[in-house]
Amino acid sequence: MAPTEAEHEAPLTAVHHLEYAYRRSVGPVLGRFFAGLRERTICGIRTRAGRVLVPPAEYDPETGDATGDDFVSVGPGGTVTSWTWVSKPRPKQPLQHPFAYALVKLDGADTPLLHAVDALFESRMRTGMRVRPRWRSETRGEIGDIACFEPEA
Amino acid sequence: MRDVAIVSFAQSAKARETRNEVEILMPVVQEAVKNSKLARQEIGFTCSGSSDYLQGQSFAFVGALDAVGAWPPIKESHVEMDGAWALYEAWIKIQTGDVDSALVYSFGKSSPGDLPEILALQLDPYTMTPLWPDAHSLAALQARAFLEATGKTERDLARVVARSLCSAVTNPHAVVSGAVEVEKLLAEPYVCSPLRAHDLPPITDGASAMVVVAGDLARKLCARPVWIRGFDHRIEPLGLGMRDLTRSASTEIAARNAGVHKGVLDFAELHAPYSHQELILRAALGLGDEIAINPSGGALASHPLMVAGLVRIGEAAMRIMAGRGDRAVAHATQGPCLQQNLVCVLEGE
Amino acid sequence: MELVKSITTPVVLDYDYVTGRAQSRFLRGIAEGRILGQRCIECKRVYVPSRGACPRCAVRTEEEVQVSDKGTVTTFCIVRVPSENLAFNPPYACAAVLLDGANIPFTHVLQECALEDVRMGMRVQAVWVAKEQLGPTMSSIRYFKPIAEPDAEYDTFKEHL
Repeated sequence: MAPTEAEHEAPLTAVHHLEYAYRRSVGPVLGRFFAGLRERTICGIRTRAGRVLVPPAEYDPETGDATGDDFVSVGPGGTVTSWTWVSKPRPKQPLQHPFAYALVKLDGADTPLLHAVDALFESRMRTGMRVRPRWRSETRGEIGDIACFEPEA
Repeated sequence: MRDVAIVSFAQSAKARETRNEVEILMPVVQEAVKNSKLARQEIGFTCSGSSDYLQGQSFAFVGALDAVGAWPPIKESHVEMDGAWALYEAWIKIQTGDVDSALVYSFGKSSPGDLPEILALQLDPYTMTPLWPDAHSLAALQARAFLEATGKTERDLARVVARSLCSAVTNPHAVVSGAVEVEKLLAEPYVCSPLRAHDLPPITDGASAMVVVAGDLARKLCARPVWIRGFDHRIEPLGLGMRDLTRSASTEIAARNAGVHKGVLDFAELHAPYSHQELILRAALGLGDEIAINPSGGALASHPLMVAGLVRIGEAAMRIMAGRGDRAVAHATQGPCLQQNLVCVLEGE
Repeated sequence: MELVKSITTPVVLDYDYVTGRAQSRFLRGIAEGRILGQRCIECKRVYVPSRGACPRCAVRTEEEVQVSDKGTVTTFCIVRVPSENLAFNPPYACAAVLLDGANIPFTHVLQECALEDVRMGMRVQAVWVAKEQLGPTMSSIRYFKPIAEPDAEYDTFKEHL
């Protein structure tokens, strides 16, 4: 086949499927956070300056100091500080019907947590609304133990 | 500090390329090298910016060297970042005195992959990625927080879009452009409220390349070299809750360090893939209403991932080189919700 | 409270991979039982598989050249480490084969020979799948096997190591 004819052929395509199974060590700070989730509780960590970070972090982002182990119980309820509506959920997202992603500042926390809110209708969502966690029936010690948040009645 | 100037720049962009990365990149690199008036082998250092995740192969960036000609062996480096950060590394290399010139290039073909899935991998793997938030949703969280904190409105976002797409009409590399009315834009449905489809970056495949040269050599090669007068970049924490999403503290610091306001600015090229981010950046850089933003149309008209930041710098440089301005600020961003920001101040000879 | 030690975070990504023009030509050639390379207009080297560009000269390669499916083993290694998805059971020889007419070797597997007989300079030939099974995929070549030709002189391939 002459090269000039080849210029008009469509290029070949194929599905390239990539899969990695990662098992990540979480360390003592997230280890404590996830252990708490397994028991259906949420904790933050208090920095030297007194700010409660949720999720807890190993180092204070403002000073770079190690945060130590001053864990603080937060929530379970919280306030939505921002939100958006997902009208066409993707397969691995927390809910498979339309829902909101939101930043939720749990009671006692100084930083909001990213999660999903099962509000059912976009019109129910507003900044400042109160929400509480809905727990997975079988917890595993990971962020998905909070299946989502739901509006407080 | 050595004076370093941009002497040439080339780019290409298309909504969905059927060529592979080397085929996309080669003509762009050839054009930038040719316009620099340096022979390929005379260029001291080569630095690239791209993301292997877009190709789904580790070390994919190495394959792109076919477009550059790494023989005889070259001094070469790479950043898994937008090409703007490859330019920063090249600039540092020249500052060390190790080399006097550099070829910087970037490429990104996002159309083959599942971009929302890929970009979710840049988030905190323990507490954020497992929720698989897509980049548009995260940007929308920032947009809402910004509008509610500042009193800016969706109409202000639509104005950014309308102006950008109108400016893009004269840009041959724009994938979206045209005269659009603000009212028509506001009548469109939300994609992820408060953002509408036109507030989001258009998927674009592309490449760009630039040659930078130190000192007097720049004047020999180019009638009007464009000098890098200030250059800085800063990063914020990864956790969205750890940051104030309504302002860009990292851009504010980078702008101060780069000396943005040491002189009069004629225009700015800001890398704002989402419309609300232009307003955040404008405030962070202290740009008054009189300063023209994104005469190229910006990232809302064309957003080749890993390339768009270097394109902002290149577009600004070419405009100055053509005599349509003397001093400008260019900006690039990476990470969710303006997590990392680079500021580059340019001035024509 | 017993701390959580680890979490699993699987990554699954799918891509609509599009080959370049040169790779498409190469794979379509393989589907016809031919091995195609390209010659660089500047340095005249022939690259196999076709890649669309000369990595030395940074120019597009256009001129198509069919190379032989016979070649010389330039270097090799014996794979002993088991892994998922291997087409052959270890131990087996993996060789860089410089096909007659090409300037760079490419990697494939040797079969039908004792591991201790594998050597630099050994002459080998491709063993293809049955004609009706040929497709635009490298697995159209099952492996390379030794042929009864005298070993290539070291000088003929020392530039290609």
